[in-house]
Amino acid sequence: MKRVYVNEQWCLACHLCEYYCAFANQDETDMSTALKGVPIRPNIRVEQLGDVCFAVNCRHCDEPLCVKGCLTGALSVRDGVISIDRDKCVGCCTCVVSCPYGAVTPTEDGVVQKCELCVNTRDGEPLCVKGCPNAAIVWESVVR
Amino acid sequence: MLRTREDILEGRLRIPSGCAISGIFSKSGKPIGGERIIKSIEVMHDRSNGLGGGFACYGIYPQFPDHYAIHVFHDNLASKRECEDFLLKNFDIASMSEIPTRLTSGVTDAPLIWRYFAEPLRHRVVEDFCDEDEFVARRVTHINARIDGSYVFSSGKNMGVFKAIGFPEDVGRFYRLEDYEGYCMIAHGRYPTNTPGWWGGAHPFALLSSSVVHNGEISSYDANRRSIEPYGYSCSLQTDTEVIAYIYDYLTRRVGLSQREFADVVAAPFWSAIADMPKDRREYYEYIRAMFSNFLITGPFSIIVGFEGGMMALNDRLKLRSMVCAERGDTLYAASEECAIRVVEPELDRVWAPAGGEPVIATLGRPGGER
Amino acid sequence: MPINYIYPDYEIERDYDKCINCRVCERQCANEAHAYNERRGKMLADSSKCVNCHRCVSLCPTRALKIVRTAHTFRENANWNGQLINEIYKQCDSGGVLLSSMGNPREYPIYFDRLLLNASQVTNPSIDPLREPMETRVSLGAKPDRIERGADGRMVNNLPPRLNLSMPAMFSAMSFGSISYNAHESLARAATELGIYYNTGEGGLHEDFYRYGPNTIVQVASGRFGVHGEYLNAGAAVEIKMGQGAKPGIGGHLPGKKIVGEVSRTRMIPVGSDAISPAPHHDIYSIEDLRQLVFSLKEATAYTKPVIVKIAAVHNVAAIASGIARSGADIIAIDGYRGGTGAAPTRIRDNVGIPIELALAAVDTRLRDERIRDRVSLVAGGSIRSSADLVKAVALGADACYIGTAAVLALGCHLCRSCQEGKCNWGIATQVPELVKRLNPNVGYRRLVNLMNAWNHEIKEIMGGMGINSIESLRGNRLMLRGVGLNEKELSILGVKHAGE
Repeated sequence: MKRVYVNEQWCLACHLCEYYCAFANQDETDMSTALKGVPIRPNIRVEQLGDVCFAVNCRHCDEPLCVKGCLTGALSVRDGVISIDRDKCVGCCTCVVSCPYGAVTPTEDGVVQKCELCVNTRDGEPLCVKGCPNAAIVWESVVR
Repeated sequence: MLRTREDILEGRLRIPSGCAISGIFSKSGKPIGGERIIKSIEVMHDRSNGLGGGFACYGIYPQFPDHYAIHVFHDNLASKRECEDFLLKNFDIASMSEIPTRLTSGVTDAPLIWRYFAEPLRHRVVEDFCDEDEFVARRVTHINARIDGSYVFSSGKNMGVFKAIGFPEDVGRFYRLEDYEGYCMIAHGRYPTNTPGWWGGAHPFALLSSSVVHNGEISSYDANRRSIEPYGYSCSLQTDTEVIAYIYDYLTRRVGLSQREFADVVAAPFWSAIADMPKDRREYYEYIRAMFSNFLITGPFSIIVGFEGGMMALNDRLKLRSMVCAERGDTLYAASEECAIRVVEPELDRVWAPAGGEPVIATLGRPGGER
Repeated sequence: MPINYIYPDYEIERDYDKCINCRVCERQCANEAHAYNERRGKMLADSSKCVNCHRCVSLCPTRALKIVRTAHTFRENANWNGQLINEIYKQCDSGGVLLSSMGNPREYPIYFDRLLLNASQVTNPSIDPLREPMETRVSLGAKPDRIERGADGRMVNNLPPRLNLSMPAMFSAMSFGSISYNAHESLARAATELGIYYNTGEGGLHEDFYRYGPNTIVQVASGRFGVHGEYLNAGAAVEIKMGQGAKPGIGGHLPGKKIVGEVSRTRMIPVGSDAISPAPHHDIYSIEDLRQLVFSLKEATAYTKPVIVKIAAVHNVAAIASGIARSGADIIAIDGYRGGTGAAPTRIRDNVGIPIELALAAVDTRLRDERIRDRVSLVAGGSIRSSADLVKAVALGADACYIGTAAVLALGCHLCRSCQEGKCNWGIATQVPELVKRLNPNVGYRRLVNLMNAWNHEIKEIMGGMGINSIESLRGNRLMLRGVGLNEKELSILGVKHAGE
C-alpha cells in the first residue's frame, strides 16, 4: 500500500509540512483563517540536529505497538492505515508512550491525535506530501 | 507581345500552382505520337487554368542525336542577335530554325521561338576545365541570367521541351506536337494562383536532358533553394519545379546518385520507418538523410522526371498529391488522374497508386522496369 | 552607515491578514531578508537584502508575500535613470567593477519578436502532427564534399562522427562550480532521457556524471579547468569555447569561495583558489592556432568525436565563422548578446556583442555565399526563450539551438540575476550545501524533460501548420518568416521579406 516516506537528503527543514498538516485536519478551507494566531498541532514534525533534518510522522507500522497497547480499541488498522476512533479514546496515553517514533500525541480534548494519511480530510491525500517544496516527502508504494 | 524582363511577374514573386501531369514511356523505345500525350493531358482540363502548359518529348530528334537541341524564347530581334552571337562563340551550330507552330486561339503573346542543334566548341570546353554537359549548363545559365530578352527552355540531346501560356492541349496544338514522336512524352497543365505573365514560367522545367513536371507546392522551397544555390544554380523563377530540377541535376549529374537514390533523398522515409528496417537499409537511409538533409523535399508534390533513356514518377513521402501509374505491355503511364491514362489506353495490364516516396522508374531496354 | 545612498529597487510586501507566522520565508531566505520579531509577534522584512528571487513568495503557503517595484523614485530624468545613479553610488562605495549575472536585460530590439511565421492555406495542406509523422530529429556535424562508393557500387558511410538529437535543442554550457552538483545532475539526466545533449561548461566533469557521457558535450575553455584525456573522451563531442555571448572578449572568474571540495577536485585546482579563465586562449592568437587546437582535440579523441567551436556574436561574426568553418570544426555555436552568465562585468554584459538573430542570419548567409555551409552545422544560443524563438532560429539557418536561461528557469531560477553572490536560494548557482540541497534532481530533471517535450510538441504544431514534416526542411527556410516593423537594412540582413510582401 502507499505510505508517506521521508527522504532526509532532500528535507530543507522549512517546516511547511507541519503547517499543511495542521491545515489539512481543519474544516476551514482558507489556510490563513484556519491557522492565523492559532498554535498548530501537526501530526508531522521536522526533527533537526546540525545539518541533518527530516520530517517524522506515523509509520503505520505492520505490527503497531500503539494498537497493541490501546486499552479501549480506539486505535485500529483499517486498510493499512492506523486510525483513531475519538469516541472510544479515553486519553490514557498508553499509545503515546508506546510509539517509538513519538507519532501519537495527546491533545487538550482528552483524546490523542495521529496521522491518518488524510484519508478523512478534504483532499483525501496527504497534504504534507503535496505541500513539500522539494519532494522530500513522498507518498508511494514501496515493495519491501 | 512578350513583356520585357523588368515586367515579368514570374521570378519576381513566388506563385503557388495546382497542376495536372501525365507521362507515357515506352520501355522498348517504340515511338509514341505527340497527339497521344495531348489527348491524355486534355482530359484533365479542369486541373489547369489556361495560364501554362507544356511538354517534354524524348527521342524526337533522331536526325541530330548527338547535338544539344537548344530551344530559346527571344523577346525581339535584338535579343535574338545577342543570344545567337553568344551561341556561335561557344557552339558549332549544325542547324537553326524557328520552331514550327500554328495559330491557336488559346495561345497568344508568342515570342520568337527558335531551335538550335549545337555542339560545344572543343577548345571552349577545354578552357572551362569541365565536361560538355557542365559547359552547356553554364552557357544556358549565362543566357538566362545575363542576356536580357532571351531564355533557353530546353537544352538536352535528342529531346525537346515545348511550353507556353495557355491550356496544355492548346499549347500542344500550337507546337504541332502531332508531328513529333519519341519514346517518352511528358505533359503538364498549370493552375497558378497568380498571372505568371511569361512563357518561361510554364513547365516542364529542363536542364540538359532532364526535365521535371510537378504538381504541388513544396513547403521546403526556401530551404531547398538556399541549399542548391551555393552549387552554382540560380533559382530566378522562384518556382518549385525549378528548384526540383536543379536538385535532380545536382544529385544525379554532379554528385553521381542514381534516380532511385535521388528519390530516397528528396522523399526520404520517415525515421520511424527507418528504425524498423534491416541493418543495411537502415544504415543506407541514415547516411542519405544525414548527408543530404538539405535536399529533403517536404510538402505536397507529385513529379515526373524525364531523363535520357528513362522516366521516373515520384510522390512526396506523405502522398499529399494524387498520382496513378499503369502499365500496358512495355509502356508505363503516370498521371495525376487515372482518366488521363484510360483515355489513351483503356485496356491496362495493371493500375496502381504508388506509395508516397516510392519511385516508379522505367528505362529503355529494361522491360519490367525498376520499382 | 550614516548615509544610505541606495533605496532598494524592490520591496517585500506582506499581507499581515494572511501571514500565519510559519516563518518559511525566514528559513528559506539565504539573504536573511525576513525575520520574526518576538516583541511585535510578527514577521518583518528588510527589503534592502532582498534580491527578488521569489523563493519566499513561491513557498509562502498563504500567498501573503509579494515583491513590488518601489514607488520611491528620483526626480524624473530621461538621461539619468535611477539605475545609473545607483550604480554610481555603488561604485563610489566599492571602487570596483560592477558585476551582474544572466543575460543582457536592456531594452534593445528583440528581433524574434519582430518575425512572424507562415502557415499553409489552400495551395498546400497543413499537416496534423497527431496523425502524421512529424520529424524534429536532427544530426549535427561536418559533411564530406563527395560521396564514395564501395566495390559493389553502394555508397559507403564517409561521414565524420556526428551528434544525433531527438529535437533541435541542447542545454548550453554551464560549469560545475558556476552551478551546483544537483543542477548538473538534473541537466545530465534530462539530456539522457530526452536524447539530446548537455554541456559541461568549463568546469570539468564530475566523476559521478561520466555515466551520462553519451549525452554530454565536454568543454575546453581558456582556463583548461578539469581537462584531461579521460575527460575529453568521456563526452559525445568536445566544444572549444572561444567566447560567450554575455561577455565577449572577457574571460571567467569563479571566486575562491565557490571552489569547494567537489568543485576543486573536478576542476583540478586547490580549494579556495580563484578559478580565472583568461580572456583569450593563450595558445590561440589567430585562426591557424584554432585549427591546431581543433586537430589536437581530434587527435586526443582519435577522431571519434565532433569538435564544436563556440563564439560570441560580435560585429564581424560572419567572417569569423567562415574562418572556423575552414578550421576543421564540425559544428559552430554562436552565442548572442542576450546569453546568460553566472557573473560578468555589467558594462560588458550590457554593451558588447550583437543580437543572435542578426548574427545567425549573417553567418548562415555568408557560409552559403562561400559554399561552405554544408561543411558545418550551426548551433544558435543566446536567449532562445520559447519554441517559437527556436523555430524562427531554425528558419534563419540554425541546425539546432542551445537552451541555457530557459533551462535554469525550469530548475526554479526566477532571473533575479544575483548568481554572482553565490547564495542562490533555488540551489542552482551556489555551492552552499544547504542551498544546493534545495534543488532535488528528481524534480529538476523532470521539469526539464517536461519543458523540452512541451517545446517539441509546439515545434511540431508550428511545422505542421506550415506543411513541413521534417525540421530539416525548415532549416534556412526564410520564406517561412516575415518581418514586422523592421527597416530595409534589418530585413536584408535577416534575409526575410516584410509582412505583406
